[in-house]
Amino acid sequence: MRYTDVICSFCGTLCDDIEVVVEDNRIVDVKHACRIGTAKFLSSNELEHRLLKPMVRKNGKLVETSLDEALDRAAGILKSAIKPLLYGWSSTSCEAQSAGIELAEELGGVIDATVTVCHGPSVLAVHDAGYPGCTLGEVKNRADLVIYWGSNPMHGHPRHLSRYSIFPRGYFRERGQSDRELVVVDVRKTDTAKIANRFIKVNYGEDYELISALRKVVNGGELREESVAGVPRKEIIELAEKMMNCQFGVLFFGMGLTQSYGRHRNIDNAICLVRDLNVHTKFVMQPMRGHYNVVGFSEVLGWQAGFPYAVDFGRGFAWYNPGETTANDVLQRGECDAALVIASDPVSHFPRKSVEHLAKIPLVAIDIHPTPTTQIADVVIPSAIAGIEVEGTAYRMDSVPLRLRKIKEPPEGVLSDEEIMRRLLARVRGAESGVQELEVRAR
Amino acid sequence: MEVTLITGRTVAQGEEMEKGKIGEGFKRACAVVELDPEDMSKLGVHEGDEVRVETGVGEVVVVAKKSRDAPHPGVAFMPMGPWANAVVGEGTASTGMPPFKGIKAKLSPAKGERVLSAEELVARVYGRE
Repeated sequence: MRYTDVICSFCGTLCDDIEVVVEDNRIVDVKHACRIGTAKFLSSNELEHRLLKPMVRKNGKLVETSLDEALDRAAGILKSAIKPLLYGWSSTSCEAQSAGIELAEELGGVIDATVTVCHGPSVLAVHDAGYPGCTLGEVKNRADLVIYWGSNPMHGHPRHLSRYSIFPRGYFRERGQSDRELVVVDVRKTDTAKIANRFIKVNYGEDYELISALRKVVNGGELREESVAGVPRKEIIELAEKMMNCQFGVLFFGMGLTQSYGRHRNIDNAICLVRDLNVHTKFVMQPMRGHYNVVGFSEVLGWQAGFPYAVDFGRGFAWYNPGETTANDVLQRGECDAALVIASDPVSHFPRKSVEHLAKIPLVAIDIHPTPTTQIADVVIPSAIAGIEVEGTAYRMDSVPLRLRKIKEPPEGVLSDEEIMRRLLARVRGAESGVQELEVRAR
Repeated sequence: MEVTLITGRTVAQGEEMEKGKIGEGFKRACAVVELDPEDMSKLGVHEGDEVRVETGVGEVVVVAKKSRDAPHPGVAFMPMGPWANAVVGEGTASTGMPPFKGIKAKLSPAKGERVLSAEELVARVYGRE
């Protein structure tokens, strides 16, 4: 069976032109996807790489068990906690996120997603300075100047350039790449920088200064410094003029700005630069969102709790204070006494200090593969892959919702994230029998 | 040798992550530090040699790799993963975002020392198997 227009559920680009051939419930061919997307589709076949059976920790070892026992123990862990942390969410569907937010509210826990370690600072800056954005369709049809700042899509979003920004022919850009200019600002000459028309090498941690220098030129000021942030004055003036004289400019920005010194202040300044540029021309910006449905989490939490990430329900209502209610702060202060991790691997991707606390508390992990997080968990529940084995909704990085498709059956007995959340919720509410209070293991 | 360490995604890291994180491929993709060729000469290491990365919070042994994005003297890059995060610092400066980039790190040659697998690293650092 050949499926066309399949959506790839890896990164925020959400490519929707993938062709997949399925034979005997195995994916035998994937066309158009990038290296990472292809690996994701094919990984659904490799059952030895998948989690297939629920597991619980007994006498220090993870042992296989029934789904009911795993769900009972998970519900027990969460119910007996005073302040559980529910983390992950960005690599699953909006439907699962919605049920998970209900669960967090029911438990009075803290809910946070990988937003917290990618564009959380961008969200903070948007609160301060607004968001002059657009859809990727507009970029494809209109953009003649494309800037990637602190972002390396050739690695993180391998098809972003070919689908939306540089290579495609657009309504007003009939010649595709020849009608556009690509500028990359980074601390290293990345693979994206290598194909750029212009590469600006900025000193590490001095992006804020470079943005300020550009703003000075854009606003008609005189730049007296010989160089700013390692960039010669001449190059800064040329870039500012290029930005002012384009017809439709777009600034894509990534972790190089949000994770570096200055964090949300870098983005705040970049938003102000885009605002200043709109005096001269049309200019927009767009965060390069990583996980395929990280935007969806903020949308769903937005309509259910009123905030985009890092919500603490411990007071009986939604409390949002990034820096206090964000996952790494809650963990590093040792505040949460249990955790549920879904569709994410914080043991690999959180700093050591956060993981040290995660390893001390009872942990429930729900994932498709074994990961370092499932390795240290007390309860492990396997789940089906959204976009391959179950349907669902996901939001592209420009906040366009797309419907993920099901193209094959999940392994036997493996449920969707949404169904796992619904069953946990029922157990936490006491609607199903067999809820056991777990004696919290002293570690 | 003192360097500024940045961590982030690579296409190989993403590919191995989606294949499942247990195994040699994940280690090959992530247990590395990409260095400027001049820094490698100063440090006295060659491509494929083991290097110890130390910061205020811990240390980890990974494999040196010649950067294809050079020159960037004084800046070292590690793909995101348990090896990099074993040395990422504490705190979030009240923003929720840990300092994944711009970490002050000390590099030293560690030729012949064993690079731990993800499972071994997690078991050793966090005491759980």
